[in-house]
Amino acid sequence: MSQNIEEAKKIIAEVLSVYPEKTRKKREKHLNVFEEGKSDCGVKSNIKTVPGVMTIRGCAYAGSKGVVWGPIKDMIHISHGPVGCGQYSWAARRNYYIGTTGVDSFVTMQFTSDFQEKDIVFGGDKKLEKIMDEIQELFPLNKGITVQSECPIGLIGDDIEAVSKKKSKEYGGKTIVPVRCEGFRGVSQSLGHHIANDTIRDWVFDKAAGKEIETTPYDVAIIGDYNIGGDAWSSRILLEEMGLRVVAQWSGDGTLEELVNTPKVKLNVLHCYRSMNYISRHMEEKYGIPWVEYNFFGPTKIAESLRKIAGFFDDTIKENTEKVIAKYEALTKATIEKFRPRLEGKTVMLFVGGLRPRHVIGAYEDLGMNVVGTGYEFGHNDDYQRTTHYVKDGTIIYDDVTGYEFEKFVEALKPDLVASGIKEKYVFQKMGYPFRQMHSWDYSGPYHGYDGFAIFARDMDMAINNPVWQMAKAPF
Amino acid sequence: MESYTGQALKPNEGKSSVRLFLFPGAHRAAPANQEENAMRQIAFYGKGGIGKSTTSQNTLAALSEMGKKILIVGCDPKADSTRLILHAKAQNTVLSLAAEAGTVEDLEIEDVMKTGFNEIRCVESGGPEPGVGCAGRGVITSINFLEENGAYDGVDYVSYDVLGDVVCGGFAMPIRENKAQEIYIVTSGEMMAMYAANNIAKGILKYANSGGVRLGGLVCNERQTDREYELIEALAKRLNTQLIHFVPRNNIVQHAELRRMTVLEFAPDSPQANEYRELAKKVDANAGKGSIPTPITMDELEELLMEFGVMKTIDEDLVGKKAEEIAVA
Repeated sequence: MSQNIEEAKKIIAEVLSVYPEKTRKKREKHLNVFEEGKSDCGVKSNIKTVPGVMTIRGCAYAGSKGVVWGPIKDMIHISHGPVGCGQYSWAARRNYYIGTTGVDSFVTMQFTSDFQEKDIVFGGDKKLEKIMDEIQELFPLNKGITVQSECPIGLIGDDIEAVSKKKSKEYGGKTIVPVRCEGFRGVSQSLGHHIANDTIRDWVFDKAAGKEIETTPYDVAIIGDYNIGGDAWSSRILLEEMGLRVVAQWSGDGTLEELVNTPKVKLNVLHCYRSMNYISRHMEEKYGIPWVEYNFFGPTKIAESLRKIAGFFDDTIKENTEKVIAKYEALTKATIEKFRPRLEGKTVMLFVGGLRPRHVIGAYEDLGMNVVGTGYEFGHNDDYQRTTHYVKDGTIIYDDVTGYEFEKFVEALKPDLVASGIKEKYVFQKMGYPFRQMHSWDYSGPYHGYDGFAIFARDMDMAINNPVWQMAKAPF
Repeated sequence: MESYTGQALKPNEGKSSVRLFLFPGAHRAAPANQEENAMRQIAFYGKGGIGKSTTSQNTLAALSEMGKKILIVGCDPKADSTRLILHAKAQNTVLSLAAEAGTVEDLEIEDVMKTGFNEIRCVESGGPEPGVGCAGRGVITSINFLEENGAYDGVDYVSYDVLGDVVCGGFAMPIRENKAQEIYIVTSGEMMAMYAANNIAKGILKYANSGGVRLGGLVCNERQTDREYELIEALAKRLNTQLIHFVPRNNIVQHAELRRMTVLEFAPDSPQANEYRELAKKVDANAGKGSIPTPITMDELEELLMEFGVMKTIDEDLVGKKAEEIAVA
């Protein structure tokens, strides 16, 4: 094993040797090899990207509009500023939802204030008021509005808070949330998640008067599942089969009312720790609601997580949980029997955001595959600490990997599969590597839960064992 | 601006006049430099309330008497840089009309350009009311509009009148590349006016290396402080420039201003009018003679004031003490 570590360290040194000294000094802190027994991965994180490299990161607006707020389906999210940010975040991230688009649900629609020069010079507050009036008139069933600030809003000093308060009052206390997620703030989309979480605390929990709802001792909220390809649904059914009542989904297929009602639940179950730990901690402090992290990728982690969640409830739930696990054993067994022989021993390199750089490792291992390299787009140190429970000795860890580094690592490790995002996909496919997108599930999914695992296994097999890789040879 | 290839004279395609090289004898002979010599672009900067607009309008009025064709571009959201020439505050600013029409592309140059005293053309950039939007971006928008729409065609002088200080990139627009070649800083013997002058010199220095902007000189607008002439002359020297003119204080300026007129128009035979004529001549002869400023530190500025007895050499013990406390001591 130590030979592995030595070799991996040599690869990192080679990759770094190409950089100018200043860049090398900065980047070498973000690349390392995991050594068994250490408390973290030995990399620095959540630091500004080195100018000039190709980064995979997004901005604070992406974190708020694209991740946290965007999937709330019965609110209208205004991309406030010039049209580009709105255009490129149109249609969201395949956050599936049930509802009639344009009537009571708005996720795949795009609202923008389309700033022009005069809005910059004279300020955009009046335009924002007008947009809110138009929204009220054209979409009367909307439950609330959020203002997702693009960069110029913070530069010209528009008072979006005052506009939001004024309009909220005018519409009889409607929830209108100004979000200061200007793209230039912070080093990645991560700050946008935090800012968005804080606005839920300040403008939803503190301001929206929730209706009295009937509660049960089994009420939970799913936090940090964006329902990409239906992930939250394939998770929700497991919790419901355990006998729990899912009161809210944050924020995939979620509603404003679900957010408002969440402080009344017994337990928050948290999937994406990175993007929603803030609000979970707040609810713990203010309302005394415990929260538990779980992982619904692959049967091993699913069973582990279901039992962990059941630990917060009585024996009925615990017994139910064993029944749920037993119920899906046949599906799991069939899936593994079919795909494991085709995937056994194959290696994977990951580079994604949020929770996936660690959470999906278990699913690959259930199929007999090994993750040999992983890294986070915008993780913090606590993510890398959590990663130690997943990775094996000698795994290469790359934080905020650059385009160049990722290519070189793949060339050196020659994995059987690269799993990352759309910007990486064609680069690696042209290099002759099977590839799966792990942000959008390559337009497939869901991957969460037992049902999701079967789809995940099929998709990985489809990518790796596609005969095309035998027929074509990359010239480079 | 179209480019020239060595002719000294060219018929103008624009509406009004003939474009002339100003100083056939004075400017350098190389054709590459002829273009920049064809039209002088100058700007007036200085501390708020120092008399920039008054000084610049009077000086430009004097230049117009010399037969120069002049365009004034007001770069202050208050839009009062052309009031004395037009006898009224300009109502139709570039930005207010652009906001009404939708975008600046919807405007015609005739909509925003007014002609005042001695055929001086006036444009006000305008801008948002205080506290909203981005006035700096407004200045950039306006100047680009004016350039693209031929506002500068056929004029001998373009003069930018910019608000108080170089607070952001927008207000530095007139000193960027291919805009004003010389900056005149209006100042006085008061410490804060000198402080502002030094700060503006810093802004000019920043752009002097990348573009061609130079400091044309300091204009002292007399406040009747102690040894004012010598002090500003010394400051000019420290800033590597000249005291181009010392404008004495004269109440006739106020009388003219109350009538929304320049002294040149109100009392053309007054000695004060002659002072502005003098300044105009000096500015006219100053083409290409600007310098790269050498701004000084706050400490150096204080030393200068002490040297001239404006500030007494201050015992460090007295810093931060009230007058009454010092009296007791």
